[in-house]
Amino acid sequence: MSIGPLRGKAHKLGDDINTDYIISGRYKFKTLDATSLAEHLLEDICPNFYKRISSGDFIVAGENFGCGSSREQAPLAIKYAGIGAVLAKSFARIFYRNAINIGLPIVITQTDKIEQGDKLLVDLEKGKVEVENRGLVLSAVPFPPQILKIIEAGGLVEYFKKYTDWMFSSP
Amino acid sequence: MAQTIAEKIISSHCGKKVRAGELVVVGVDFAIAQDGTAPLAIDVFKKMGKKRVIAPEKIAFFVDHSAPSPNKGVSSLHKLMRDFAREQGINFYDIGSGVCHVVTMEEGLVAPGNLVVGADSHTCTYGAVGAFSTGVGSTDLAAVMASGKIWLRVPESIKIIIKGKVPSGVYAKDIILYIIGKVSSRGAVYKSVEFEGEVVGSLSMDARFTISNMVMEMGAKAGIMKVDERTEKWVKNRVKNKIMDFVFPDPGAFYEKVMEFDVSSISPQVACPHSVDNVHPIEEVEGTPIQQAFLGTCTNGRLEDLKIAASILEGRKISPEVRLIVAPASRRIYLEALKEGIISTFVEAGAAIVTPGCGCCVGTHNGIPADGENVISTANRNFKGRMGNPDAFIYLASPATVAVSALEGKITDPRRYLK
Repeated sequence: MSIGPLRGKAHKLGDDINTDYIISGRYKFKTLDATSLAEHLLEDICPNFYKRISSGDFIVAGENFGCGSSREQAPLAIKYAGIGAVLAKSFARIFYRNAINIGLPIVITQTDKIEQGDKLLVDLEKGKVEVENRGLVLSAVPFPPQILKIIEAGGLVEYFKKYTDWMFSSP
Repeated sequence: MAQTIAEKIISSHCGKKVRAGELVVVGVDFAIAQDGTAPLAIDVFKKMGKKRVIAPEKIAFFVDHSAPSPNKGVSSLHKLMRDFAREQGINFYDIGSGVCHVVTMEEGLVAPGNLVVGADSHTCTYGAVGAFSTGVGSTDLAAVMASGKIWLRVPESIKIIIKGKVPSGVYAKDIILYIIGKVSSRGAVYKSVEFEGEVVGSLSMDARFTISNMVMEMGAKAGIMKVDERTEKWVKNRVKNKIMDFVFPDPGAFYEKVMEFDVSSISPQVACPHSVDNVHPIEEVEGTPIQQAFLGTCTNGRLEDLKIAASILEGRKISPEVRLIVAPASRRIYLEALKEGIISTFVEAGAAIVTPGCGCCVGTHNGIPADGENVISTANRNFKGRMGNPDAFIYLASPATVAVSALEGKITDPRRYLK
């Protein structure tokens, strides 16, 4: 399976967006239903965020996106809210691995050049982000091949179903 | 090839000599999860089509974040954990056992040189005994249960040298807050921090855990301390039937950065709302009124922390404007504190004691602040909404600062109470 080019609108956020902001502890301990968590996405810092997004839109943030708690409910809530991918200048390490493991596309790129409401075309395979309304093309940091395999499978669940074990041969 | 501690421990767990930047799959010595992460890990494990956990004796589940359960949604997730742990033979620590990171160490589940992962970001705490331990997600934990292994990127290392003499009224919490204030909340993202220096050697194990616990707040993957005589004695009293590997960095190992901090003249430190790196010396925030004070957590709920607070509260009453909540970090600590009269001191001072566990740190129960209220807490995070109300304000400080502030009803310099 591969992920084709994604199209959607940019929703800009700042630096250091932590996982408590993405989904508050008030909700995440109660349920495994990611769809119900999605309704509370980012509500402490952007009230009504869930209502303002359309399926396929992108979260576009600055440095250290997803810092703080290890809660995997954070990337899950983003995925189930219908966000197509998260673009940031950098990701906190646990969020980075959680996103890969659950099959939420993430893109490391120079997000300063993207503005609120920009129409984006994200091509994960080519490592390219196009700002369509302004004719701007940004390059994305490529993933190592072993990680790409997990992303292409759609996350670790599908990866284990497909390969049954780790496919990390020595380079 | 000269290696750092992180490179050495990861090498010994993947069967080849690795250096920073490599991606590897490693065998895991021990893995933990708590009630905020284990239910999802169980769900993912089942979705992977797996039936039996590989080496369940190397896994532990803890019910600590919302314990006892405050509502039926949480109750059903706790039940899912209990049933799965029983069925699979996983080590299980139910309500009242305490905070995962404190119990893991007390029970001797982690030995020096181990490679440990936990579905909780503060798993970095175990670095204080010379283990490589790091926080991961629920799917990662499911993969460990399914395969005994995990994928890791070998981190670059940063060396932090803590020098000088710790002044009176300044504790491990102040030292690590001071460092986070300087390094920033993203100053060590992906990095393994190795601590060195005479101050680290002078600290008790309880104090060392406080420091390793908080490296997460600068984005680090691990916060490792070299084993010394104190560590050796501490682990030998607790760790049974495990191989201990005292790992030291090679001379000439590569550190991306070496930072030195002299703590001889620092003041008690306070992290102000709403980020952990918004750190100020106490002089700049003294007098800020507070309505709730919280003593506990995986950062500062250990016996030494309770003792420090009790020595200040003894024979005194907290301000009528303040609620003081105390959560001993484990059952063992609770019992010890009872025997030593520390709990009586807290109760007589006007504190409310809650179940050993995470207490009100993570906003699920046990003391959610009201709109506009200020809280002073010994926890490790002060994000907006962290304690369950986005309209409250959280200040982080040492147990001594929290205790004196509870007495005064406002943020207060603990040095005023020390003879």
